[in-house]
Amino acid sequence: MLTYTLRRLLLAIPTLLLISLVIFFLVDLAPGSPASEIPLTVPPDVRAKILESMGINQPVYVRYLLWLKQFFYVEPLNGIDALFGTSFADGMQRIISYQTRGPVFSLIGERIPQTLKVIGTAYLVGVLIAVPIGIYSAYRQYSWFDQAGTLLAMIGFSVPTFFSGTLLIIIFSVMLGWFPTKYDTTLVVTDWASFVKQIKQMTLPVMTLGLANAAAISRYMRSSMLENMGHDYVRTARAKGMSERTVVLKHVLRNSMIPVVTVIALGIPSIFGGAIITENLFGVNGIGSALIGAIHGNDLPMVQTLAFIFAILIVLFNLIADVLYGLLDPRIRYD
Amino acid sequence: MKLRTALLGAACAFAFAPAAFAERGADGHVNVLYWQAPSTLNPYLSSGTKDVETASLVLEGLGGFNEKGEVIARLAESVPTVENGGVSADLTSITWKLKPGLLWSDGTPVTSADAKFTYDYCTHPEGGCAQAARYEGIASIETPDDLTVKITFVAAKPNPYQAFVGGTSPILQAVQFANCLGAAASTCTDQNFMPIGTGPFKVTEFKTNDTVTLAANENYRDPAKPAFATMTVKGGGDAEAAARAVMQTGEFDYAWNTQINPDLQAEMATGGKGVFLNGFGTLVERIEMNMTDPSADLPEGERSTVAHPHPILSDIKVRQALSMAIDRQILVDVGYGSAGRPTCNLVPAPEMFASANTDCIPHQMDAAKALLDEAGWTVGADGIREKDGKKLHLLYQTSVNPVRQDFQALVKDWWTELGVEVELKTVDASVFFGGDAGSPDTFQKFYADVEMYANNFDGTDPEPYLAQYMCDKIPGPANQWQGENINRFCDPAYDALVAEMAKTADVTMRADLAKKMNEMLTKDSYVVVPLVDRGRLSAASLTLGGVMLNTWDTEMWNAQDWFRVK
Amino acid sequence: MTDLSAAAPSKPPSQWAAIWRQFRSHKGAMFGLIVLSVLVLAVLIGPYFWHPEKLTVVEAIKQKNKGPALQFPLGTDQLGRDMLARMMAAGKVSLAVGFVAMIIAITFGTFIGVLAGYYKRLDGPLMRLTDMFLALPLIPLLLVMVMLFRDRVAGILGPEMGAFLLIVFAIGITSWMQAARIVRGEVLALKEREYVLAARSIGAAPRRIIIRHILPNVVSPVMVAATLGIAEAIITESVLSFLGLGFPPDFPTWGRLLYDGLSFMQIYPERVIWPGLAISLTVLSVNYIGDGLRDALDPRVRGR
Repeated sequence: MLTYTLRRLLLAIPTLLLISLVIFFLVDLAPGSPASEIPLTVPPDVRAKILESMGINQPVYVRYLLWLKQFFYVEPLNGIDALFGTSFADGMQRIISYQTRGPVFSLIGERIPQTLKVIGTAYLVGVLIAVPIGIYSAYRQYSWFDQAGTLLAMIGFSVPTFFSGTLLIIIFSVMLGWFPTKYDTTLVVTDWASFVKQIKQMTLPVMTLGLANAAAISRYMRSSMLENMGHDYVRTARAKGMSERTVVLKHVLRNSMIPVVTVIALGIPSIFGGAIITENLFGVNGIGSALIGAIHGNDLPMVQTLAFIFAILIVLFNLIADVLYGLLDPRIRYD
Repeated sequence: MKLRTALLGAACAFAFAPAAFAERGADGHVNVLYWQAPSTLNPYLSSGTKDVETASLVLEGLGGFNEKGEVIARLAESVPTVENGGVSADLTSITWKLKPGLLWSDGTPVTSADAKFTYDYCTHPEGGCAQAARYEGIASIETPDDLTVKITFVAAKPNPYQAFVGGTSPILQAVQFANCLGAAASTCTDQNFMPIGTGPFKVTEFKTNDTVTLAANENYRDPAKPAFATMTVKGGGDAEAAARAVMQTGEFDYAWNTQINPDLQAEMATGGKGVFLNGFGTLVERIEMNMTDPSADLPEGERSTVAHPHPILSDIKVRQALSMAIDRQILVDVGYGSAGRPTCNLVPAPEMFASANTDCIPHQMDAAKALLDEAGWTVGADGIREKDGKKLHLLYQTSVNPVRQDFQALVKDWWTELGVEVELKTVDASVFFGGDAGSPDTFQKFYADVEMYANNFDGTDPEPYLAQYMCDKIPGPANQWQGENINRFCDPAYDALVAEMAKTADVTMRADLAKKMNEMLTKDSYVVVPLVDRGRLSAASLTLGGVMLNTWDTEMWNAQDWFRVK
Repeated sequence: MTDLSAAAPSKPPSQWAAIWRQFRSHKGAMFGLIVLSVLVLAVLIGPYFWHPEKLTVVEAIKQKNKGPALQFPLGTDQLGRDMLARMMAAGKVSLAVGFVAMIIAITFGTFIGVLAGYYKRLDGPLMRLTDMFLALPLIPLLLVMVMLFRDRVAGILGPEMGAFLLIVFAIGITSWMQAARIVRGEVLALKEREYVLAARSIGAAPRRIIIRHILPNVVSPVMVAATLGIAEAIITESVLSFLGLGFPPDFPTWGRLLYDGLSFMQIYPERVIWPGLAISLTVLSVNYIGDGLRDALDPRVRGR
């Protein structure tokens, strides 16, 4: 398993390089240009000069190589400088966004806290709700609990977050006035009052996202449990006089986790990717809204960098999922 | 600009009374919402409205525009004119005098050298300055003393109020930006995100595309202002969420550009927490007719070029009929409500430049049908008109936007009634306005018969705007499709008028020329079919006093006068 | 499982009958089948029975934002268009897009997943391909696809059919990865099970092992992925149309109606309820049918 992990990690390097190349050319090939952000009142010659100063007219391979150097060399040096107060990266050009004309990584740094806080909590809440619901629904298949769970999950999944989010705002903010509609990213938790405020402003976005996440995960959990429930080993375990608790939670659950682990592992990178619509709706302004803003403004360095970090996380978590498969089911061997 | 909301008038009336004995910072905190969040506070690096307007809380020019579009003094002592000798009689130079004793927010004095530096900063060839057009035609800037800025123009400049006037060309602090000239501009992150200024507020924290935190500038020239000690400018969400945050939940005091559908406007207005402010500038939603053939059968490089005149739209009668079949009042009612009004003009304002042209307002479906009959387009068996075996089929494109899609649906219905077969197409705004020469879907390429979008001009002078319709500004493969004459309109008589306007200094004569050109494009030729004069719609809390919407400068132009209504 | 493979070739009719009997006994599945049939019928045949008179713009505008009434059973929209007629027209597009895109995504995803899980040599390359597709930013990918193919496809098939194919293909190509990962994970575990080892040891060809022994056992996660896939495809279509990449704006779809109705939600809630209900009902009924099918296809359950 260890050699497998190491081999996969090594293999990840060429994979990621290839992904970065594909992303770069894809974004470059896409129609549209950062010029769409410039008002029509700006005359064409000024427009051309602005684009020139962004370096957009250089050939695509030059920009790609420059980006590679900046991502793997300049930015890590900058990170070291920031941590230890050294000045290795002085005078080196960092990855600069077209839109903000500032370093992409400082924007990512600003965005990470609220993304992790809000989207991460929502994901955690989703998983914590979904797994027990899935297990119990499967255990008591076609009971009223299962039917209600199915109905809720299907509604949760078929109703897009732009709808459920707006609905929550209208009910809880406009009508009841309990929660704010806009997330305050400058809020620092120092005492009880600010903590309450933080919880309040997180409630609506977490509810919106948590519902959507829980819906999908609980479906996979339930179906996988059902699939295993009918197997002979379950009958054997029961026949041996094991308690229902042990049978369900130890034997069946462990064997049912593979698809669920896959779904959860696929979902974790998307925490970093943020939830574009929910973030936008509540003004959380995390990574997701940065990405969509960059895509709309054709901010190539920003899209490229964010998409690439996202790719790293996906490769990493898929590796973790593969390792987990082996732990859950020792029969799975990769060597 | 006309203010329609009676409540706003009331708000203005008591705006000035308490401000007189207010104390700086006495009113605490104010929350402002720009749903398109500011991405930088250096307006020379981004020309987006959100960036320019937020920056104007911090950075100021020598002058600005008031809500009527008149030039007012900001850092300057007074507005230079020909009468007071500030502008030379031959219009080749303008001399501004700074107010004495002005300080930057860091406590150092403001001098004319800062203005000169700003000019150098923006005209640096490698800087990619977004406001370079404001500094065009300047031969030199001299600073005979610390308080005098003399701008000499290359030729007579009938409108000298461009450089250093308004939120789009403020003065930067020379010391702060000294190392940011040219290619270094984008490396100066701290400077661009936290510029030192002379405005009523200073930046304390800048979170890109998210939140700007500001505090009152203790060195602001009026010791009693601003009334607010701190301000937050928050971004994110959309116009609807922004309107809700002011009008219904009351979380924010001011929300910029809350353009929402009229039904929702009415609903939100009953929230009792705020009012909508509206004002009209020069933004006109229009349908542009393609005078050249966009047919896909033509080889690439010849589509939509002057080599092939449009087979249908070259006939003025068809263009006129298409215009007459549209009921503009319905468009306004459906799309904009109080934030729009029907117009037949390309230049709807300022008032002296606006032609008294209202011919297109009445809905004349029958006359339109008669006109098409006259032009030889007869109704075929399927209800679609045809002429010489060719069907009257038009491709109608626009950018993705809910109001535009409603307009498309309505116009399609009218034109179908007229006997025109209409095919609709929408393009993502970042592609449509992106100007990418490689994309077939940009509005400049115009691979459609008609297209709809909105455009306006900067400031109060329509000359550069009208000059866009000259023959040599037609987009085509030769100029990478970068021309501004989207319709491919070409009339030597029009070009002559543009040249004449460039030489004319007299304001009334300029106005007459502008009106004449406006009419040539609209009611004389129907090449441009204006639909709606689109106003600005913003929302202000009832507890926020002193707000006055200004469509000629930034909406934050008088933030120093804002106060809390108690 | 061996039971099934022995029974299938000799007496197929009785097996299908058994499946149908089991399916019929599943109340949820029958409910789902009926609801889905009603929806499909309403969408296909409805327009022949319900054709509101064509109003001119001026007449229609006077009827705007009407609530449900006899003349307009589902009310009218902000331009005075009949919502029932629009819902039916929209349903045709949405159902077709949802099902076809789901089938493309699931087929492709299962195919890749089975190959990767079963053949160790293919696992690496195929999963890295999956990683790449997961990592690609969706919107630029779609923009590029539309730019490259729209005019060509439209030239061959006409604008509507061209848009349909492109959308279905675009959704399919961008949503197969989850199914692939899930199926692969399952296959990795299944292929080490005793019955697969047994089949292999008696010399069964890999193709036969996959079709006979592996595929039937991955049906249940695939069913879930398929159910969720339909909802996702319907919603993704609305996002595509919203970006101007989908159907021309005069083609309503459920997702688009939902999106358009959103800004009117507070004043005219029915505007979002109809399309929202339609999407939810479709997903719910497909889910129950999937449940029923799974039970019906599983000989262990059927035998009970």
